Amino acid sequence: MKIIKIIVLVLLLAFVGIQFIPTSRNLSNTVPKTDFMLMNKVPTIIQNKLQVSCYDCHSNNTAYPWYNKIQPAAWFLEDHIKEGKAELNFNEWGEYSDRRKNSKLRSIISQIEDDEMPLDSYTIIHTDAKLYEDERTAIIAYMTQLKNDL
Amino acid sequence: MKKIRMTVGILTVTLITLTAMSCKDGKKDDAAEPMSDEMHQEDGDNQGDSEKMMTSNSNKSASDAIIDNYLKVKNALVADNQEEAADAGGSLVADFEDFDKSSYSSEEQQELTDIIEDAKEHAEHISESPMEHQREHFDILSKDVIDMIAITGTEKKLYQDFCPMYNDKKGAAWLSTTKEIKNPYFGSKMMGCGEIQKEIN
Repeated sequence: MKIIKIIVLVLLLAFVGIQFIPTSRNLSNTVPKTDFMLMNKVPTIIQNKLQVSCYDCHSNNTAYPWYNKIQPAAWFLEDHIKEGKAELNFNEWGEYSDRRKNSKLRSIISQIEDDEMPLDSYTIIHTDAKLYEDERTAIIAYMTQLKNDL
Repeated sequence: MKKIRMTVGILTVTLITLTAMSCKDGKKDDAAEPMSDEMHQEDGDNQGDSEKMMTSNSNKSASDAIIDNYLKVKNALVADNQEEAADAGGSLVADFEDFDKSSYSSEEQQELTDIIEDAKEHAEHISESPMEHQREHFDILSKDVIDMIAITGTEKKLYQDFCPMYNDKKGAAWLSTTKEIKNPYFGSKMMGCGEIQKEIN
């Protein structure tokens, strides 16, 4: 009995304690000139969809959900954002060479075609980030066009 | 009295754990911010090593190491072997990091930096993806390696093959050391699909 009490107490303390560990936050007020939307003439519907479905993890600015400051959820988010930005950062689109743009576009198309992005763990909470069939087709068509025009 | 001691004990343990965790977190932050920081460092280290080992004629062998592991990925995909392709993909990442561009003209260096940065990403994906994705990345990786060889040259005898069926009939190229067509994009499903496009050397 006593041991359980101690364990619960330790866990509770640890939970409270980890809340004080600072996390780096992915926030930025400015949209750089190299942003995907500024470099390309993206139709408004696709712009909005990319913003909602992709930009949280693939740009320098995340619209954080309410639980973003509660650990360990914050770590989980931080990790995903870090990984997402390393893979593709829409804000830095203009810095990619044509060769890399071609690679990125190919991956964007393939990930959306295979329904791997946006992640299920993301859309389960951000239901508005979910891509419906017509949205997927539109984004794929647009990205394919962009790729062919490189 | 006992209770107090125990509480103090628990608090100490928690504190130590927290300190340890936050340290780790801090380090991770530093390394991750611009992910390239870490890589540049590795780059530097590796270059130091390779410089020691290599003679002035080193570039050929550096690009040959890349070609060797590229061919290993290719052979693994021909054999429908995801694991071997992943292993060779991992070695390829290291080869790209080791590549010493210093003896090329600045224009060539720029082109090579671009090619290698792109190719390294594809090699990374090959090292950690299921086979269908490995093949997609191998398609672009092949283009990168072909472009790299156009600059670096190679002493190997290579065949540039082309399969018109892959990627929704957009087609895809690959390099091989044998005349016989063995398709890495379809493997056993369509082993013979393709033709020799070009001979290198």
